Amino acid sequence: MEHTSLLERILRGIALTLVVIFFMFPIVWILMMSFQTNETILRIPPQLVFKPTLANYTALITGKLTTAAGTLDIAFMRNLWNSVFLSVTSVAVALLLGVPAAYAFARHKFRGSEDIAFTLLSFRFAPALLVLLPLTLYFQKLGLANTYIGLIWVYQLICLPLILWIVRGYFEDIPADIEYAYRIAGHSWFATFRKIALPLAGPGIAAAGLLAFIFAWNNFVFALVLASADKQPVTVGALAFITSSGIQYGQISAAIVLSITPTLALALYAQRYLVEGLSLGAVKG
Amino acid sequence: MASLELRNVVKRYKSQTVLDNLSLSVADGETLVLFGPSGAGKTVLLRLVAGVIDPDEGKILIGGEDMTDLDAEFRGVGMAFQNFALFPHMTAFDNIATPLQAKRSSQSAMKSGVESVAKLLKIGHVLSHKPRALSNGQKQRTALARALVGAPPVLLLDDPLRNVDAKLRFEMRLELPRLLADRGATVVYVTQDYREAMALGDRIAVMSQGVIKQLGTPEQIYREPANIEIARLFGDPTINLLDVKPSRDAKGIYVGLSNVQVHLTGAYDATVGRDCVIGLRPEALRFVDEGTPAAIPVTVEAETPLNEKIVTLVRTVRGREILVSRPAGTPGQTEGRAHIAVDGKSALLFDHASGDRIGASNVVNLRSGEAA
Repeated sequence: MEHTSLLERILRGIALTLVVIFFMFPIVWILMMSFQTNETILRIPPQLVFKPTLANYTALITGKLTTAAGTLDIAFMRNLWNSVFLSVTSVAVALLLGVPAAYAFARHKFRGSEDIAFTLLSFRFAPALLVLLPLTLYFQKLGLANTYIGLIWVYQLICLPLILWIVRGYFEDIPADIEYAYRIAGHSWFATFRKIALPLAGPGIAAAGLLAFIFAWNNFVFALVLASADKQPVTVGALAFITSSGIQYGQISAAIVLSITPTLALALYAQRYLVEGLSLGAVKG
Repeated sequence: MASLELRNVVKRYKSQTVLDNLSLSVADGETLVLFGPSGAGKTVLLRLVAGVIDPDEGKILIGGEDMTDLDAEFRGVGMAFQNFALFPHMTAFDNIATPLQAKRSSQSAMKSGVESVAKLLKIGHVLSHKPRALSNGQKQRTALARALVGAPPVLLLDDPLRNVDAKLRFEMRLELPRLLADRGATVVYVTQDYREAMALGDRIAVMSQGVIKQLGTPEQIYREPANIEIARLFGDPTINLLDVKPSRDAKGIYVGLSNVQVHLTGAYDATVGRDCVIGLRPEALRFVDEGTPAAIPVTVEAETPLNEKIVTLVRTVRGREILVSRPAGTPGQTEGRAHIAVDGKSALLFDHASGDRIGASNVVNLRSGEAA
């Protein structure tokens, strides 16, 4: 990097700026739209300077959407709560099941262990629509359709393989000698798992949990089919803004801003975790 | 304290046999060094004793009790790893304290236990550091302290000096024997460094390809190596190995070295006419004046002073290269033509084909390590 010429640096700067603009523009535009009314949004040419309004947010939070055709009830806050509840619970369940399973797959090579691990991964290969139809039928028979439990169960298809495979890699990266040393010092395998393996794989578990949370949060099709209005997350709830009297771009934008906030906040918080290395210099490489 | 015994232990990985029907017993309080090239199965053997891997066949006894099916945490051994294997998220103090924690020692007992062993190993000042803030030498001492702190009756040390610098290794080589003797523990020490093996071992087991090739005191291994390979591994500078074919005359068995007859003392009758290799330790050779009986004429090629000794590379008239070692400060030829004499008593004779040493009187019994 010491010998980069001025031209090179300028070109690099331009390239970086282009990339940032490309990726950030939609988000910035949505943020701007969320503070505008439908009239200003749809004006041609679009205006960069406008009088900001909080009407969209008020409508979402109070649940009363006033349109030209009259007042409409929307359950956005309910949807947001559903999203939070479904994602958090799904990830928690997936962590509870997936982390010990990942440890078992990483440390104990038993007969068929690779096959089982791969089968779990293959759940992610199948297109969601392929499993949805049979699932819907089964769930209706079992009384799980349109329940939180049923949804959380289906969300395991998204979360569990992800957590299992990422965390397994982190467990495998912990030198076995470190765990052996703890066992030889006189601790049980469970103590070793809790005091050595879990803390050392911590960053990996956080990363996997975060990714699983984002996937669960962004899921659309499972909830669309398996949940009715009162159990729907924001992804499905956003459909409500396409009303008979037109598409409410302002409210959609505000809804997007509100719904990306939790994942964004989580990502920013967990970033510190993610960059912290796994091996902290205990083993000479 | 406790003795340690392995009976007919077999360990395989897939189709590869890593330990092949290995039996070994270590007396209470003895320090046994496992010596051998990498891949010989030394570390696997240590791990079997520690209980972190299981043998496919055979038994492992500690203090006379069968421990084969017992998990690692119940065996009461201490182990130091070659790569230290410190817990990266704990301070040095917590690292060292883990064996005491497992015994549910009181806070004060833990503190005094850790501090006394840390003082012994001179790491008292870094106990609050995490492993990444420790130097290699400190890490190694922390790992050693962790193995020692619980006063285990059996101590397994897996090449603990491998990853530390030469100066520290030298210091520790002097310190460790005293440290281990004070503890009174039964020690199995793995190393690839023959000097470490000689300095630390009450006995040395030379391993190669999953079997113990020779078991004996450092003295026995050095003076009576079982085969060429072991003779070559022990000793610095390396032993001189020359192809010879022993003959007999009125004075006994002799070998011809550069047309000079060197008579051997020992039961070598059966070797007459066979292809053999003679092993001459560089320190068993000496420069002599011309005209001395059985003096071999040579040319001096190079001289290397190594602190306490001087090693000279000489070439015989037949072009064979030989190393001669002499204590520093003693006279010797530094260049040009010279003569060397061979001490027929210290010469070792090996079978050319098998590499085994010839001389039935010196066969070493594997079980007891005594010369039979």
